[in-house]
Amino acid sequence: MRLWKTILAAAVLSLAAATSAFAARTDLTLGIVLEPPHLDPTAGAAAAIGEITYANVFEGLTRIDDNGQVQPGLAESWAVSDDGKVYTFKLRSGVKFHDGSAFSADDVKFSLDRARAKDSLNPQKPLFAHITDVTAVDPATVKITLDGPQGDFLYDMGQVAAVIVGKASADGNKDKPIGTGPFKLDHWAKGSEITLVKNPDYWGTPAALDKATFRIVPDAAAAVPALLSGDIQAFANMPAQDALAQVQSDPRFSVVIGSTEGETILSINNKKPPFDKLAVRQALASAIDRSAIIAAASNGLGKPIGSHFSPGDAGYVDLTGVYPHDIAKAKAYLKEAGLENGFSATIKLPPVPYARDGGQVIQSQLKDIGVNLQIIPVEWAEWLSQVFTNKDYDLTIVSHVEPNDIDIYSRPRYYFQYDNPKFNDVIKELGTTVDKDKRLELLGEAQKILAHDVPAVYLFELPKIGVWDAKLQGMWTNWPIEADDLTKVKWAD
Amino acid sequence: MTAYLLKRLIIAALTLVLASIVVFAVMEILPGDPARLMLGLNASADQVEVLRNQMGLNAPLIPRYLHWAGGLLSLDFGRSYTYSVPVIDLVRERIAVSLPLALIALALSTIIAIPVGVFSASRQGRAGDTLAMGAAQLGVAVPNFWFALILIYVFAVWLRLVPAGGFPGWSAGIWPALKSLILPAVALALPQAAILGRVARSALIEVLNEDYIRTARAKGLPYRAVLWRHALRNAMIPVLTILGLQFAFLLAGTIIIENVFYLPGLGRLIFQAITQRDLIVVESIVMLLVAAVILINLIVDFSYAIVDPRLRGRQ
Amino acid sequence: MTMRVDLPEETIAGVLAKAFGNRSFLIGLIITSAVVAVALLSFLWTPYDVTRLVIADRTQAPSPAHWFGTDHFGRDILSMIMVGARNSIAVALVAVGIGMGIGVPLGAFAAARGGMADEALMRVNDLVFAFPALLSAVMITAIFGPGAVNAIIAIGIFNIPVFARVARAGALAIWPREFILAARAAGKGMTRISIEHILPNIATLLLVQGTIQFALGILAEAGLSYVGLGAQPPMPSWGRMLFDAQTRMVTAPWMAIFPGMAIVITVLGLNLLGDGIADILDPKSRRRR
Repeated sequence: MRLWKTILAAAVLSLAAATSAFAARTDLTLGIVLEPPHLDPTAGAAAAIGEITYANVFEGLTRIDDNGQVQPGLAESWAVSDDGKVYTFKLRSGVKFHDGSAFSADDVKFSLDRARAKDSLNPQKPLFAHITDVTAVDPATVKITLDGPQGDFLYDMGQVAAVIVGKASADGNKDKPIGTGPFKLDHWAKGSEITLVKNPDYWGTPAALDKATFRIVPDAAAAVPALLSGDIQAFANMPAQDALAQVQSDPRFSVVIGSTEGETILSINNKKPPFDKLAVRQALASAIDRSAIIAAASNGLGKPIGSHFSPGDAGYVDLTGVYPHDIAKAKAYLKEAGLENGFSATIKLPPVPYARDGGQVIQSQLKDIGVNLQIIPVEWAEWLSQVFTNKDYDLTIVSHVEPNDIDIYSRPRYYFQYDNPKFNDVIKELGTTVDKDKRLELLGEAQKILAHDVPAVYLFELPKIGVWDAKLQGMWTNWPIEADDLTKVKWAD
Repeated sequence: MTAYLLKRLIIAALTLVLASIVVFAVMEILPGDPARLMLGLNASADQVEVLRNQMGLNAPLIPRYLHWAGGLLSLDFGRSYTYSVPVIDLVRERIAVSLPLALIALALSTIIAIPVGVFSASRQGRAGDTLAMGAAQLGVAVPNFWFALILIYVFAVWLRLVPAGGFPGWSAGIWPALKSLILPAVALALPQAAILGRVARSALIEVLNEDYIRTARAKGLPYRAVLWRHALRNAMIPVLTILGLQFAFLLAGTIIIENVFYLPGLGRLIFQAITQRDLIVVESIVMLLVAAVILINLIVDFSYAIVDPRLRGRQ
Repeated sequence: MTMRVDLPEETIAGVLAKAFGNRSFLIGLIITSAVVAVALLSFLWTPYDVTRLVIADRTQAPSPAHWFGTDHFGRDILSMIMVGARNSIAVALVAVGIGMGIGVPLGAFAAARGGMADEALMRVNDLVFAFPALLSAVMITAIFGPGAVNAIIAIGIFNIPVFARVARAGALAIWPREFILAARAAGKGMTRISIEHILPNIATLLLVQGTIQFALGILAEAGLSYVGLGAQPPMPSWGRMLFDAQTRMVTAPWMAIFPGMAIVITVLGLNLLGDGIADILDPKSRRRR
């Protein structure tokens, strides 16, 4: 009798062990390059904040999916008035914040009013500039009034900085983010890792993962070994591009190249001589060989662009042929500008590989037409104050990762110092146009103006190099916005 | 003696004050605006001003210095701009990595260096000595970050014995935490061991030539006993001095190694804080490190003074 | 008239004979001369132009065309190492020059005057030593921007107290000597005695310390370049080459191996040379570092 009991117990035990061994994994460690300064997407511009929290911890009225399409978020449906000025959102019921408090229309009103307030520190405050009123009609209905029709409004409400925060918890979100998402913060070991755990009270489809750890791997050199040794199972965007071949040949990993909204450009200070001359800018555009830059700065993975527009987006016009690589032509342009002997200039490079590597290639290419570039490496803080704020630069390389941001060329006092009334008119019209076809036409026109006028030399669209364990499913292929949405991520059995 | 102590203490305090002024001034002229960095490209100039006011960056220079320095006196190190937590909390987290790392590296270096030094000294000029000192020369010449890269690829990528980097935290258990410190500690220890081995050797050779060692030998004590019991003990003073210096170096000078292994240590915190313009973190931690070095120096000076009273007059 | 009292019975021939019997010195001299020769040669000739990027030839393994392979921009690693030697030597040499030029007079002055001047100097020394060196270098380059010149300044500043200490300690040991007393009796001033009598007698010490700091300077420059704060492109530097190599350790190990070896060999050569000099000129001296 005793013996039987023992055997039975042993059998049960081994069976339990076997099932747990065969059950799919429910934890995931992802590598991210930069540690977010805090975790409140409504109070900081660092991309890493959104990467971790968007869709996982915080949700907005709408949400952007990995194809860049607008999907319902905390609002399950909406209606737009005929004049395009009033949006009425129907909110989901049964939604709770991680601190247990119930979500309602009041929180939406609070969040949007906070973002557009006078002393708001929202990093994307312009997104809310056209809102004139937010009214909580009843706990499940919100009415938003705009000062005019806004073509991008539903998209904008799905952006990272437009997530809905709780009235009571908003001020503590930097350290203890309280959202409505399927994951909540477990702990944050500063400088090391941030761990999210499944939110058992989530209103929608629960996440498949029980635990997701974002480990900070700031060093490109460390990224490859961390992946190869299994410490990290996924990089939404792998920093060590050169080692990709090695990872690609390894059957343990999937390598998924996707697109981003990052237009990588050689920005030009359009008011600073000699760059105020169109011919000089045309010379730069003709002297630059995109394919070599793409090969060196993005391992051949970036898509060439001829204007400030993502090749994956609707309305894209291929303008890469406007100024083909042609040294003789470039020299002719320089002569036209009266600079046949070339000139010297500086190029300020922020601390990202595409800029530092691309800058060296451009330096070498421009040498062929007698333009001597001095490379000045800068930290982001210096880039922001010297280049972006004080416009103290000749050339710089940067990737503009915001979606639908062609309008930056029409912004007064923007760091390009570009001012073209014709372009400004197109953008103005675009802002108030809701008709789809008309919008695409205007977008095309805007792209063409930029391509010919060269306020910047357009290099390539930054690729998203997803690398993860081959058994992992549901990771985003593209990055319409920088987010590591884990809601559908799971391990294959 | 008391007067000497007092004088040294006053000088140490003055050095600290001077250091705080230097650090503060350096941080002031650092280009870049932390507020703009936090708000990014799409924030307006007004928003940046609002944040600058919130962060206290718009206050005049001298009150700001006095506020910070006064805080230090009451052991209040301020709040990090970036993380918006007290700096002391960050230090506490980071020192839990840096201190054990420095101690392990130091221990490793001692364990390697002392036997090598003794071995070499006892075979002075012979093949073994030449070989050992040649190896030590090589050890001094190898850049530790290069050595670290090689270690990672051999032990983490090929052999998969230890993690390639990162630190799971002590809460993950002693062994996983220790395991992730092994490679960085080895990378740090090698050049230190090479230096220490050479010091140990020359100190021993010097002591072995002293009269009392000859006397001990003449009395018929075995060579081994003389070497280990008498000579080594007396050669320890220069060795310990170097160890003290190395400890101070290891505590803060591991920035590069911490980066290679992406360890969340003090060195990387400062490095990161400089690039993020988290000025208060840089200022306060540099002051802590400076204070630590000054304290170590004081202790060394005092112990010399106790050992050798003649020194009190000089220096 | 200068007097080399420390080595009264040594003749030039004697020193030379000793030098050629000293293994460390010989090996060190050969290595160091070879590195310097390569650096000088690079002014006249390198196998390839290092400022020219040939993207089509990127990360090629060593071959007869490229003995040490090519980097991620298709540049020839051997050529880069040759030009990089120039950068390393220049940075380390000037940094030692700064340290000696400022540190030695300070140390000699402190030893000569004693009292408050001495005390003040030693305290400032302590202050500089109290700042972790690499950290301060990072801060200096954060202010002035990365670049070879600022790397020199950053490394040079930390050489000043080193030489000041060595010079002071050496000078303190010489001042009580009889020949100094004689010189004082002859009415020579403090500065004159320092220059004519003290300096020649501490020259050996300074030379030995100089080679050590030179070697440390090359390591420091590599470290600074490795974190991106040293010489900037298109000027190749060994540390920067290692930085570029780090993500390519498995796919292009030659990018890491050769520059790393260049650093090791150069530093080794200098250290051996320093050891040799110390042994030859003063057999009793034992180096502390």
